[in-house]
Amino acid sequence: MSNLLLLRHREIPNLNRLDIYVKNGGFKAFQKAVTGMQSQQVIDEVKTSGLRGRGGAGFPTGMKWSFLPNNLWPHYVVANADESEPGTFKDRELLEQNPFQFLEGLAIASFAVQAHTAYVYLRGEFWQQAAFLDACIADMQKAGYLGDKLFGSDYSLRIYTHLGAGAYVCGEETALLESIEGKMGQPRLRPPFPAIEGLYGKPTVINNVETLANLPYIIENGAVKFMQYGTAKSPGVKIFSLSGCVNKPGNYELPLGATFRELIFGLGGGIPAGRKIKAILPAGASSSIIFADEKALDTPMDYESVPALGAQLGSASVIVVDDSIRMDWLVNKTVHFFRHESCGKCTPCREGTYWMSHLTEKIVHAHRKEDVQLLNTVARQMQNKCLCALGEFSIMAVMTAIEKFPEDFTASKGR
Amino acid sequence: MNQTATKYAREIEDLFAKYPADRKQSAVMPLLHLIQRDFGFINKQAVRDVAEIVGITPTEVASVVGFYTLYHDTPQGKYRFQICNDLPCALRGADQFLAELCKSLGIQPGETTPDGMITVEAVMCLAACDKAPMFQVQGPQGITYHENQTVEGALQLTKELAGKEVKA
Ligand SMILES: Cc1cc2nc3c(=O)[nH]c(=O)nc-3n(C[C@H](O)[C@H](O)[C@H](O)COP(=O)(O)O)c2cc1C
Ligand code: SF4
Ligand code: FES
Repeated sequence: MSNLLLLRHREIPNLNRLDIYVKNGGFKAFQKAVTGMQSQQVIDEVKTSGLRGRGGAGFPTGMKWSFLPNNLWPHYVVANADESEPGTFKDRELLEQNPFQFLEGLAIASFAVQAHTAYVYLRGEFWQQAAFLDACIADMQKAGYLGDKLFGSDYSLRIYTHLGAGAYVCGEETALLESIEGKMGQPRLRPPFPAIEGLYGKPTVINNVETLANLPYIIENGAVKFMQYGTAKSPGVKIFSLSGCVNKPGNYELPLGATFRELIFGLGGGIPAGRKIKAILPAGASSSIIFADEKALDTPMDYESVPALGAQLGSASVIVVDDSIRMDWLVNKTVHFFRHESCGKCTPCREGTYWMSHLTEKIVHAHRKEDVQLLNTVARQMQNKCLCALGEFSIMAVMTAIEKFPEDFTASKGR
Repeated sequence: MNQTATKYAREIEDLFAKYPADRKQSAVMPLLHLIQRDFGFINKQAVRDVAEIVGITPTEVASVVGFYTLYHDTPQGKYRFQICNDLPCALRGADQFLAELCKSLGIQPGETTPDGMITVEAVMCLAACDKAPMFQVQGPQGITYHENQTVEGALQLTKELAGKEVKA
């Protein structure tokens, strides 16, 4: 038994072996769905649970599934294991340590929308994880959890992995689909949305690895039990990837609504000796920057409270910044990332990230006021003009850093 | 049949089975991964071969090679040490790690050691931010992660990899 819902492998040794996973209740939920439930019932249960996507946008999972039309076939389900947001490393732990719970979730989602083929899209760097997942899938096939006529029903399912090759933008769901189709990973114009025209032009559900890993629990125990965790509007638990200037970085599973203080100063062991917390990026490099005052530290980490601080929960990649760090240096890092990862399809993002990185590079060396103003102007001109969210993400840290820490952009001591 | 098709006949068959019969283009990326692993880069002939195998133009294959950072169209060191110095890792000393490793090897980031064995590059987040300094090695074994590293440990690894080559 384990008190954890997603990181159960930390309490159950060898949970990444099929026999151990089965011994600990594995595939009961999938079997229950396939043999005892209508696919619509599965969708309804997940809707009731209030589960929201863990990949960043927090969209209600059951509702997403219900958008697939029942007169267009086949349907596909794609698991998003691209995990490339700076500061995010939770899906990787699940893939390595608790892969069957994720795969069972993927199977449940596939049954819910009556897909017979599902793909797992992994970032290209997850070469070893993909090989391991292939072995897990083969084990499931052998044991009768994948293949034809599962559990004596008419339902059949196959799961395949697909490796990306180094491109953050492929985490964006339509770029991801392009990548599976063997093309450059550039986002598609929407509409049509993937629920109508997704992979190979067919109705497609795309869900994050962690989102899917919640499903076995929900189907086995029911929505009501799931809702005992978290808050009314953000039910369930979440894996928080804690990184940066903190004593014990790592993944921590907490109910949604736990505070930044609990995570950073409780589990994370606080800030290295002699330094003070200065700022938090709650959603990786895509974050607005939070000024880490007492009020912020006592804010619950959920999909409603973090936006009230002017930021987003995103995939809950909490980067801690201490008072030895200057914000001009920090945004130079984030902007460099986005310039590197911009796919170049639309002008505001391609040109904007180029100019921003040119300016942040200049600013860290020369600290000219005109350059800071220009940087702010470029960022504002990009706002709401980019084709996909990557462009919008790229300006968040820039604008909030200049607004909240203006002194860090003038010449003075420190890094 | 072209050379690539002959060399990877079995893999190609397996790959095509993953995707719908009329969607062979989906096999482009996995095929390029095989070539990248075995040759260290993807040359023009390989691009033409892959195009023929999946039934698209060489230009389309070349655009895929160009788009993704893990495919390389020029040869470099046999082992690419790709050090993450993105924000979270940089907050834990990744920039210094990169600088010191390069200094010890006598090269700049992006350069290759004179024996052609080791290239050191800075890369973006590798989903290992809690275990910085860290890097991945891209080479004939595919990609392997090396976490919680010291400069001495990394140097040792460069020697081991280069040494293995001399023996082989
Ligand atoms: C630039 C960009 C990168 C993204 N990267 C990821 C990612 O690595 N993993 C992920 O699950 N979602 C990522 N997303 C969000 C996906 O587009 C999509 O919303 C998500 O996979 C849906 O799954 P969910 O509803 O289960 O969260 C990214 C979005 C954008 C715009
Ligand atoms: S916003 Fe950036 S990443 Fe997104 S489509 Fe435009 S250029 Fe590409
Ligand atoms: S920032 Fe280096 S692995 Fe994430």
